[in-house]
Amino acid sequence: MPTIVVEVMPKAELLDPQGKAVVGALARLGKNEFRDVRIGKRFELTVDGPVDDALLAEVHAIAEDMLANTVIEDVVSVHQAAIETVVAGETH
Amino acid sequence: MRIGVITFPGSLDDRDAQRAIRLAGAEPVALWHGDHDLHGVDAIVLPGGFSYGDYLRAGAIASHAPIMAEVIDAANAGMPVLGICNGFQMLAEARLLPGAHTRNAHQQFIRRDQKLRVENNRTAWTNQFAEGAEIVIPLKNADGRFVADAETMARIEGNGQVVFRYLDVNPNGSMNDIAGVSNERGNVVGLMPHPEHATEAGFGPNMPDAMRSGTDGLRFFTSVIAAFARS
Repeated sequence: MPTIVVEVMPKAELLDPQGKAVVGALARLGKNEFRDVRIGKRFELTVDGPVDDALLAEVHAIAEDMLANTVIEDVVSVHQAAIETVVAGETH
Repeated sequence: MRIGVITFPGSLDDRDAQRAIRLAGAEPVALWHGDHDLHGVDAIVLPGGFSYGDYLRAGAIASHAPIMAEVIDAANAGMPVLGICNGFQMLAEARLLPGAHTRNAHQQFIRRDQKLRVENNRTAWTNQFAEGAEIVIPLKNADGRFVADAETMARIEGNGQVVFRYLDVNPNGSMNDIAGVSNERGNVVGLMPHPEHATEAGFGPNMPDAMRSGTDGLRFFTSVIAAFARS
């Protein structure tokens, strides 16, 4: 089934405590080449019908209004998932 | 005076808020998140807890609950609204208050008896405090770090919308040590610490003179009663 992917990231200028904890853990594993890790969110919205520009625009509006809080987060991407990127075993 | 307390799925401190309202001398009215009815109350408290499991973001789903349409209309018409902890997060998510909340900078849930300074005693919920009063009420949260962009921060600092600031310890990394803010009009106030847990001697925070004797939270509720009496 068609899936629309929404990706949300914490704003670059804000502290991301979770990302900071992960980069600290990587350093303790000897992986010192990573300066920074930031953790965002990926939403997958599945629809029955076809995905057109109007639906993508509606999802973008929903993303700005509810899926993200634009005071602290940015909606970085709204796009239709290519079939092969959807988790294997859940499609076809 | 009748003060509504809205219960959401996952609210924890709704009955404590009702009890605090009664102790202050007003009548608490239980309201339900799924209704479109404020039952004619004169003020509203959004209580603490973990509404809707805090899924998505703390307070985010609750800010879209059915009753919030009426709360937003009432707040914009001047009704006093107090958001405590999760209720503060809801008011920020509903854009009734400036800023937003993120995970505590140290990643831990924290509970402590917290000292605050009352920075603005002209709001509906703080008029019974002296300006600059130092109070102690309990704090308990995981997502309590107040953040706002530079422009918003300059505006709310300039307008006196910073109502409470953390003293001695900034428990969650909040910008400018901000514990609570108001809207421009001063009828909507939100804060992370819990005034409703400091309203009855024997059950409040520890104070220098006696354990569990703190009742500084009671003045939030006597303030709104005084504001109502003047209106």
